Formats: sequence, C-alpha cells, structure tokens
Amino acid sequence: MDFLQPSSWQEALDIRAERPDAVPIAGGTDVMVDINFDRRRPGALLDLGRVAELREWGTEAGVVRLGAGVPYTRIVEDLADRLPGLAMASRTVGSPQIRIRGTVGGNLGSASPAGDAHPPLLAAGAVVEVASAARGARQIPAAEFYTGVKRNALEADELIAAVLIPSAAGPQQFCKIGTRNAMVIAVSAFACALHPDRRAVGTGIGSAAPTPRRAVDAEDFLAGELEGSGLWESRGELPETLARAFGERVAAAASPIDDVRGSAAYRLHSLSVMARRAVTWAWNDLRKAA
Amino acid sequence: MRITTRVNGTEQEVDDVWAGESLLYVLRERMGLPGSKNACEQGECGSCTVYLDGEPVCSCLVAAGQAIGREVTTVEGLADGERLHPVQEAFVECGAVQCGFCTPGLVVAAHDLLARVPSPSDPEIREALAGNLCRCTGYEKILDAVRLAAERQAQA
Repeated sequence: MDFLQPSSWQEALDIRAERPDAVPIAGGTDVMVDINFDRRRPGALLDLGRVAELREWGTEAGVVRLGAGVPYTRIVEDLADRLPGLAMASRTVGSPQIRIRGTVGGNLGSASPAGDAHPPLLAAGAVVEVASAARGARQIPAAEFYTGVKRNALEADELIAAVLIPSAAGPQQFCKIGTRNAMVIAVSAFACALHPDRRAVGTGIGSAAPTPRRAVDAEDFLAGELEGSGLWESRGELPETLARAFGERVAAAASPIDDVRGSAAYRLHSLSVMARRAVTWAWNDLRKAA
Repeated sequence: MRITTRVNGTEQEVDDVWAGESLLYVLRERMGLPGSKNACEQGECGSCTVYLDGEPVCSCLVAAGQAIGREVTTVEGLADGERLHPVQEAFVECGAVQCGFCTPGLVVAAHDLLARVPSPSDPEIREALAGNLCRCTGYEKILDAVRLAAERQAQA
C-alpha cells in the first residue's frame, strides 16, 4: 500500500487520475476503521489532509461554499447561523474527538445512509461540487449524489471539492434517534428546512432507506397546505393535524429495513414523530422571528 | 515509509512504517510509548486519545503518514518530569481509576477540556468526555476528578 500525500488540489486531482486504486482519506473516521479491521486493503491511501483549499469555507451570493475537508467542529463553531440544520447535525456526530477530524466530504464519500450530514444537506437543497483533472469541476445536486447503499455519483477519477449550501432563509431543524446521545449511529434521522422566501419546505431522511432521500410528497403537501390556508402570510399556529399528516407523509417516503440498530417499523414510527416535532419547532421559530 | 514527527517535544523518526498503520500503532509499537491504549480501533472508546497539533483525536483513526511533521502529545507528555499534572493527581486522589485502561484517554480529554474551559459545568464535562468509555467506575469518580482539577486550577 502506498501513501500519497498531495499538498495542493491540482496535485490531488492528478494523483486521483493516475491511481484509481487509491482511497481518499481526510479525517480517517471511516477509512481507518476499515483498514484497522482488515475490511479494506486499497492500493494506496490518498491523504487529503494537506490540501489547504479543502479546509476553507466562504460565502458568495447567499451560498456557502463548504470545503470538503472542513471538520464538523468548525461547522458548529463558524456556521451555526448560516447553516443551522447542518450545524445541529454536526453536533450529533460521534464525539469531540470524531467531530474534530470528521468532514462532510468524508460523509459524502462514504455515502452511508446513516451519515448525519446528509439529511440537512437534502433539506437545504445543497449541491455537491466534484472535480477531475481531465474534465474539471461539475455540480451534482445532493439528491442525485447518493446512488445506493454506500454508493455515490463520483467517477473513478473524481474527488469531492466542496458542498454548496444556500444560507438558511428560514428555520431549520434536525432530529436523530439513537440508543444514547453520544457516539451513536442514527437509527433514523430527519431534517427539515422552511424556505419562506420561496414558500417551500425542504426535507431529508437518514438511515431509513438505501440512500439518504427527500420526502418530496411531504414537502409539496405542506407547502401547498400552508399556501392554501394563508399561513405563510399570517404566520398563525401550525395545526397539529397538519403537522401529523406531514409526519405520516415523511414516513411514507422511507423504505427502511430491520437491522441491528432497529426495526423497520420503529424507523417508520420514529420518522413520523420526528418529522411532526421538527416541523412544529421550525414553524414556531418562524412565528417568533416574525 | 519513514515517519518523522515531534512527540512530547522530542523529534522522532521511524522507518519501514506500513501505509495503513495508525498513529496509535506507531506510538505504541515503534516509539515505545504504550500510554495511549488500543481497545476498539474504531474511534468508539477514546482510550487512544492524544493531541495532534493541539487537538484531541483518536490516534487509532489517524493514518501514521498524516502525522508526518505534526506535533503529537501523548499522556506520557503531560507530567512535568516526576510531577504528575494536576489532572492526573486529581484522578489518583478521587479514585477515578479502576482497571486503568481508559484512564490515559480520559486524562488527555479532561486536560483538553480544562485548557479550553477553566470552570466547566457538569454538562460541559459530560459532553467533553462523551467520546471516552469507562466500563469500571460508572463515571462518578471521573467527574469528581475533573471538578477537583478545575477547582485547583482556579486556585492556582
């Protein structure tokens, strides 16, 4: 096994093109587990830790460009105002030691259905920016990035450069069910975002389908009901029946399995409860802000 | 692969390191620093916690090559010669040690907390130690030790 350590983004892309057998490593919180347990023996590790560009974030025209190598701790510290949903999810990742190393780019690269970053990225309408030495950069909407269990839309010569996430125009929430608060892989997770600027609702479901996914029907249903009842203007109380119906539609969008962490039935039930609660909290935040 | 890194203030150089080796393995097996413990090898237990460039990390999840040219501080680097660090003293005094396997990681995590937050609340202590498992103590004595170390630090 070779250890490849580029010091710039261009060098990283060149190496990626030459070595399709290399596994990119950033915080190591997934890759090293596989290596420690002999589950993976790649031809090389491609260490992205020295590529400074990946560890930066910035904003342009209301969109945060989050470098793929920004660790969760910095998202919590720097971006809780602009990306509240992702910051909430970041706080639930592993432990302090894991959050200091783990990155959103790593979550996307692993593409586990249980990755904590995925639901808020879906709810916010994030776009993944990937690049190759041969074809340059291209953008993939998060909803199209996850293609199967631990599979994503990356080509063999591509690396994840950044995630483009619209700054929150309204309240966002994230919920995660696990057996305890710390160090837990989600049994199920849910994120929602209210977009009052365009009168839309965003959702993201985690750990309850082969990939992270949106609950599009629930989004359209709630946005339509809020429109029809004039609630976007009046900012009146969210009817409990509406929140409940939203929760049921979110659960209906999932297709979970029974596994060691939980049963499919529990995942569906917990999703409907989390979605009802999360949307109620978000709506109440919107009312307070008015 | 050759690994050169600064560990506890001393330049260290080791050769023939396999690319998939963890920093933990290099510290324990090649540099003779067995203080950091190897338990879960998947970032769950925190027994291998060390500072990497001043940040507490699970050394089992750091590829050895990622530590090249970096600054590493292990539990062996916290004491001042024969004099234990106040966090270590507090662990001894409070009986926060039973089998001792989790202790090095907890000491480093508590050391980091008190450097950042001099007078932590109980929820802050719990959060800071959430990545360190102890199967003996039930954690109460560990919380006592962190509170005692914080008090002493405030008085000093």
